[in-house]
Amino acid sequence: MNRHRAHFVLFLLTLVAACLLQLMPLPDLLLPFRPYWLGLILIYWALEEPERVGLGRAFLLGLVGDVLQGDLLGDQALRLAALAFIVLRFRSRLRFFPMWQQSLAVFALLLNDRVLSLMERAFTGAPIPPMSFWYAPVAGMLAWPWVFLLLDDLRARLRVHEA
Amino acid sequence: MPLARTDTTPLFGVGATSTLRLVVYLAIGVTLMVADYRGHYLARVRQYAAIAVEPVYRIAAMPADAARNIRQAVADRQALTQENQRLREALLLTQARLNRLGAVAEQNTRLKELLDVQHSLGLGVQLAKLIDIVLDPYRQRITLDAGARQGVVVGQAVLDAYGVMGQISEVLPTTSTAVLITDTSHALPVVIERTGLRTIAYGSGSSDRLDVPNIPVSADVKAGDKLLTSGLGGSFPAGFPVGEIVSVAAEPSGMFAVAVARPAAALERSGDVLLLRPLADPVGPPAMTPEVGPPAPPPEQRVVAPPRTPATAAPPPVEPGMLPGTTPGTTP
Repeated sequence: MNRHRAHFVLFLLTLVAACLLQLMPLPDLLLPFRPYWLGLILIYWALEEPERVGLGRAFLLGLVGDVLQGDLLGDQALRLAALAFIVLRFRSRLRFFPMWQQSLAVFALLLNDRVLSLMERAFTGAPIPPMSFWYAPVAGMLAWPWVFLLLDDLRARLRVHEA
Repeated sequence: MPLARTDTTPLFGVGATSTLRLVVYLAIGVTLMVADYRGHYLARVRQYAAIAVEPVYRIAAMPADAARNIRQAVADRQALTQENQRLREALLLTQARLNRLGAVAEQNTRLKELLDVQHSLGLGVQLAKLIDIVLDPYRQRITLDAGARQGVVVGQAVLDAYGVMGQISEVLPTTSTAVLITDTSHALPVVIERTGLRTIAYGSGSSDRLDVPNIPVSADVKAGDKLLTSGLGGSFPAGFPVGEIVSVAAEPSGMFAVAVARPAAALERSGDVLLLRPLADPVGPPAMTPEVGPPAPPPEQRVVAPPRTPATAAPPPVEPGMLPGTTPGTTP
């Protein structure tokens, strides 16, 4: 029970951190390179503890992100649900990829997410975004190993603590 | 997708990844988006959620604030040097401006001291505006926008920036009328600055001319001599410019010389004029203080003494006996 609670707290904390990172102001030059933190964290939890991340929770997280970022309600919810679905579908394979392949897979996932976003924009009549729109998946791919290692380490420490 | 199907072992729950659920969620998402796009519900939701959202924004902004602070703290030397240089230049410029301002301030102090001197002489000054100029050959008068409510009393001297203009002849509650020195009914005791010769300047009825008759033939008067108030008669304090002699001629009888002067004050132009507070007791020796002098002054003189002190110059206690009609300065 205690173990579950600690892990749940860690889970919540990472989500909150992802929200904050998503909102954190950056210099204009770096802004296009901000990874999609919500997506990255969701991918991690879907890979490692899929019992925590269902489509419903992904959808809810997306709604929270929508409320925070104030774009279109349902925009991130839809994208994160799709992301969670793909990760959960191919979870076993993704899990045992070596790190560089995993990073590439994350890149593909984030790119897919961007394509979905582009489609939504097209439907709402927003103009085609500039080239920098596509930098974020690259940044996400580069950030993935560090996110993965950090969260793995945190979870390992929690487990050691319990033992 | 044979591999994918083998992936979804019962351990991880098939239902969570079923395509149907995905489709349901995607449909909900699309519905939400369409609804929000049409109805802008998100703004309303955000208003309700503001209590929760705003702290999140604050917290999210914290690292950036901290980063900015750190950047300022460890700003590199060159940037600081450049900024220092720039600020130095700005300081120099400001200093130059300040110096100029200092000169003005000094001048201001001097002028204030001058005003204080006037106060100590019992010459309170009041500013008034010209309302209407009635300059006709027979009545050289002006109307001012200050009256009894502003403390104007009959007999006050009216000045402008260049010289004496006239004196108050009539006071209404909020306006007053002044007789110009060029009015035919007006006479002004003057002194010729160069020689100290005392005489009287009469109004001519024309706003650019003063008559100075009855000058002894032997007197040294030339065109260009300046006329000042002599202070005799008490209506006007001594030493204010009155005009300048334009021409001197002999009277037909040959007994006196007659001079014509041009008023120094801009009688036809002045918009703002100064009203001098009349002196409390313009004639006679300075007030005696009770403790000075062996013969003790009579008690009534001691009572009169305080109003004559400089401090009480501003509220002018004017006895009816001091009105211009009784002064030798004005002719009936």
